[in-house]
This record gives sequence, structure tokens and C-alpha cells, in this order.
Amino acid sequence: MRADNSSAQAAFAKAADYLERRPLVSNHRPLSWITQKVCQIVEEPAPKWWWILTIVFGAMATLTPAMLTYLVSTGVGVWGLNVPVCWAWDITNFVFWIGIGHAGTLISAILFLTRQKWRTSINRSAEAMTIFAVICAGIFPAFHVGRVWMAWFLAPIPNANAIWQNFRSPLLWDVFAVSTYFTVSLIFWYLGLIPDLASLRDRATTRLRQMVYGLLALGWRGSNRHWTHYEKTYLILAGISTPLVLSVHSVVSFDFATSIVPGWHTTIFPPYFVAGAIFGGFAMVLTLLIPFREIYNLHDLVTDKHIDNMCKIILLTGSLVGYAYSMEFFIAWYSGNPFEIYAFTNRAFGPYWWAYWAMITCNVAAPQLFWFKYCRQNPWVVLAIVMFPNTGMWFERFVIIVTSIHRDFLPSSWGYFSPTWVDITLFIGTIGLFVFLFLLFVRFLPIINMFEVKGITPQADPHSSDSHQSHSSTPHVTTEVHA
Amino acid sequence: MSSSSNLIFGLGAEFSSAGALLEAAKKVHAKGFQKWDVYSPFPIHGMDHAMGFQRSRVSLFSLIGGFTGLATAFGLIYYTSAINYPLIVQGKPYFALEPSLPIFFELTILLTAFGTILGLLLLTLLPRLHHPVFNWDRFQKATDDGFFLVLEANDPQFDSNQSRRFLQALGGTHITEIFQDPEGAPHPARLEATS
Repeated sequence: MRADNSSAQAAFAKAADYLERRPLVSNHRPLSWITQKVCQIVEEPAPKWWWILTIVFGAMATLTPAMLTYLVSTGVGVWGLNVPVCWAWDITNFVFWIGIGHAGTLISAILFLTRQKWRTSINRSAEAMTIFAVICAGIFPAFHVGRVWMAWFLAPIPNANAIWQNFRSPLLWDVFAVSTYFTVSLIFWYLGLIPDLASLRDRATTRLRQMVYGLLALGWRGSNRHWTHYEKTYLILAGISTPLVLSVHSVVSFDFATSIVPGWHTTIFPPYFVAGAIFGGFAMVLTLLIPFREIYNLHDLVTDKHIDNMCKIILLTGSLVGYAYSMEFFIAWYSGNPFEIYAFTNRAFGPYWWAYWAMITCNVAAPQLFWFKYCRQNPWVVLAIVMFPNTGMWFERFVIIVTSIHRDFLPSSWGYFSPTWVDITLFIGTIGLFVFLFLLFVRFLPIINMFEVKGITPQADPHSSDSHQSHSSTPHVTTEVHA
Repeated sequence: MSSSSNLIFGLGAEFSSAGALLEAAKKVHAKGFQKWDVYSPFPIHGMDHAMGFQRSRVSLFSLIGGFTGLATAFGLIYYTSAINYPLIVQGKPYFALEPSLPIFFELTILLTAFGTILGLLLLTLLPRLHHPVFNWDRFQKATDDGFFLVLEANDPQFDSNQSRRFLQALGGTHITEIFQDPEGAPHPARLEATS
């Protein structure tokens, strides 16, 4: 028995050795190194490239208010949408941005609940990205209502007409879903920032910094009597954000799915939209993270393993999206409904065939490259590949929205939508706004969640060998879930 | 350092690692101290147990927030759609559960989040502008890589000399008296910055 036991233990030790995980912080960096590395990004004088990029994207961002001013002062007709295509680039852009805004809270909430420790070095920037993407998203439906000065009618405020919102309408659900998502994401992001803001406060060398970061840090002092409530709060927010993330894009998809338009009226939309949102969101996280990782030399914190994991998520969700595309076609055929069949044939082979095949290439074909380890391990290859989902997810929304409504039930009301220069410039403006906000974030807030990264280092384990010898003889088995 | 008019807040000690702090905390708890705390740059696994904490009550605030949200959503939809201005839309009932669910869900989540954050702020008594521990110059490391334990002077067991020996026996270093008020002059690093 005893011999069996020891040989089993040896086999177990061998297996454990083989399965040993790569550390999430490379090169055994000490805690103070992490603080220094992350804080100095904010503390050192702004580099030249930052000024150049901020000015360029800031100028680009001004196109947003410029185009909106032109739109409001002239009329909604400056957009290219008209009967039959009444939802076009504006709603495409709305769904595109809100989709991008999914990765952040997914990383923070779902990966937290599933104990995916690698989330710690990417969650801060992903959450920031979420908030900025939702800001960009919100612009479009607010102005799509036509008379933007009446957008407050969306909120249940008593008004002179004595009329209330129609709670049976999915468009109103969307108002609640998106505004709740934005608010909760912002709270979650800020909660995670508090201990790191305290680090910046304690390192501050100017009075202004000390006051600003000090006020934002709310007087945080790292007390364990606070940490106990803090951790509980974080857990609860993660718990409620998990269904929230899944619900936002489901509710967005209800805007389409509850209608009777062929091509929109499908029950697969909620899960399909959520998978697509995670897909596009992770692609955007990588797009932003890889350059900053190179610029600031954050390889020990955002390791190759982090990028590898995200690539795998993109591969999974990209394949799910591909499955949804084919299932839509199957159901269209299986339904036997001629309008339904026509809507999908028209999608792939009609006048918008180019958009459809761009979508398939970008979203289904390109991510398959991530089956190859080489493609996941080389950050520049990753960056090149994720540009496909970034583009493809925009095309997906364009295809769903425009191809479904440009040919109505009656051929007499068929049309073809083309964007105007205002449509295009406004979209470019929101891209500028998004990158501009992200550049400000990189400059003024810690882009990596320092306290959580410290918490997953070997030094943070109170039973690690250097502090506590008595436990060191028992083999340490990691039981966390593999990504 | 000390001035006679400045009251002592407590006695602080620094520890070398999370493990050392955890061991010290267990002993302080075993000795029956009430007014004391540990400070660390990240939450230490097992520290809540070592300090003898009960489960955090933040969840109670979340629950209250959640129910408030659900009740608000129900009241809002029912009052506006079925009582105040019933309007026939597409022959649908004035109030039905199915179309109300998304709003029920969203407002429940929203007010749960508000309740949770409010609970956190109430239970931690934050935000606050200052705290005596910040008068200790080494304490800046608490948000970097320092592990601290502070025995507070208003604990019945607190005795300046005995407590100092106790902290030494636990392995604490840089044992320092922390005062209620800043020592007149601001912290050296901050002084540099302001001058």
C-alpha cells in the first residue's frame, strides 16, 4: 500500500511538473517593480509620440461634434438613410461600438467568477475600452431619434404630453439595458481603480497630483477591515455584471429579433449577438493592448500567455459566430418561407454580396489562423489578424441591418443604401473619440490593475516558502481552471 | 518626534511579507486585541479568518438594492402603463410580465450595484480625507509593497511599552508611534513638492 502510494505520488508530481503553468508575471518581479513599472507610465513626462497621437486623434474626434452640429442644424436628411433603409450606418455603428464594449466587463466579471487569474493584467484597459466604446455607441441612437432635443422623452419623466414610454417596445428596453450597462461598468471600473489610485497618491510628487489622486482614491489605506468589504463588493458586482453583459447585447438583438422583418426575426439572435460582441471586443482589446505593451515594455505583465489566451477566445467566439451564420441559412431554408429564403439568398448573392463575403472572410475564415500556435505567439501576427474581426464585426452589423430591409416584401419599395459623407465622417469621428479617450486613459490612470497583479504573484501567497517554512514540504497543487 | 499635546493613535510595525503579517495577525487576534488593523497592498488570503472577521455584510445592502430595483421597475411599468395612462398598443395587454422582464432585470441590476457601493462606503466609512496612519512616513509603502500592523491606542490592552515589546516579539520592524495629528510639518516628500 505504502509503496503504491509513493509511486502514485511520484507520478502525480511528474504530471504536476509537466502541467506546471507558466507564471502570470514573468521573471519573478518583486511587488515594488510592478508599482514602479505601471506608475511611471503616468508619472514620467508625456512622451512625444503621445502628444502627436493625442493631437491627431483629438482632431479626428472633433469631427464627431462637427458632424452632429451639421446634422442637427440641417436635418437628419444629411445621413444617407431613407425609406426603405431607415436604419443604416447609425444603427450599424451603434451595434458595432456597443459590441466592442463587451470584452471589458466580460473580462472583469465572467473571468473573475471563473477564477481566470490571467484577467488581472488586462482587465483595467479592457474596462476602460468598454466605457469609451459605450460612449461612442450612445451618440448614434440619441441622434437617430431625429429631434435630439427630445431624446429625454426616452426617460420616464412626467412631461407636458402626459404620455409615458411604451414599456412593451424593445427600443425602450434598449435604453434601460445600455444605460444600466454603462453605469454598472463605470462603477465596476472605478471600484477596481481605488487601490491603484491610492498608489498613485502615495507616490505623488506634486501637490496637484496628490490632491486629485487623493480625492479619487477616497482615502483608501489598504486596511484589511476595508479589504474584506472590498472583496465582497467586487464579487457581488462581478456576479451581477455577468448576466448584465450577456443581457445587453441580447436586448440590442431584441430590437431586431422582435420585429417581423425577414432576416431579423430569428430566435438565434441573442446568443449570436453576444458571441459576436465578445469576439469583436477581444479583438479590440488586443488591438489596443499590443502596441502599448510594446511601447511601455510590459512583457512581464502582459505575457505571451495572456495574448495566447485571448486569441483562443477569439477563435472560439469566431467559430460560434460562423456557426450562427450557417444556422441562419439552414433555418431560412427549413422554414420554407419564401421571404425568409429570399432575404438570406439576397444577403449572400444580392447587391450587398461584397459586404456579406467581407464579413465571412473577416469573422469566420481569418480567426481560424489562431489554430496555429505560431499565429498566437507572435504579437505582430496577432495584431494583423485581429484587424479582420475589427472590420468584420462592423460588416456583420451592416449586413444584418441593411440587407434585411433594403428589399421589402414588395419589389416596388426596394432600394439601395449608400452612405453620405456625413455618415462616413461621423463614424471616423467616433473612432477618433474612442482612441483619444483611450490615450487620455493611458496617460492619467494606471493601465494595469496593480493590486490584483500583485495578488497573483508567488510573494502574495502567505504560504509561499520564503515566509512560511512549515508548509513547504507538501506539494503545492494548483487547482485553478485552465484557460 | 513626539510633542506632548499630540495624542498617540497607535503603534505601527512593518512586516517583511504577506505570510509574516498573517502569522502576526493570528497572534494579535489570539491575544484578544480589539482595536487594531493590518494594511497591505492587496488582500491577503486567509487574513479575514486570522483577524476573526465575520462575513462581510455588504451583501445585505446588495439584496436591499436589488429588491428596491425590482419594486421600482414593477411600480414604474404598472403605474405608467396600466393606471396613469393606459394605451392600447398593437392590442397587447396594458401590463404583462413578458415585456416587463427586461426592465425588471435591468433596474434590479442597477440598484443592486448602487446598493453594493453604498454598502461598501458605509461599512468602510470612506471616503475620508485623512487618517492618522498617513502620519507615519513609512506608511506610503502600504500601497506599494509594505505590510503593516497597527495596534491602536484606544484598545483596552494597549500599553506603549508592552505593546512595543509584543510587536518586536512578533517580528515587526520599524516600530513607530503614530500620532493623531500630523507633526506640524508635512511629510518630507510632500514638503519637497510644495516648496
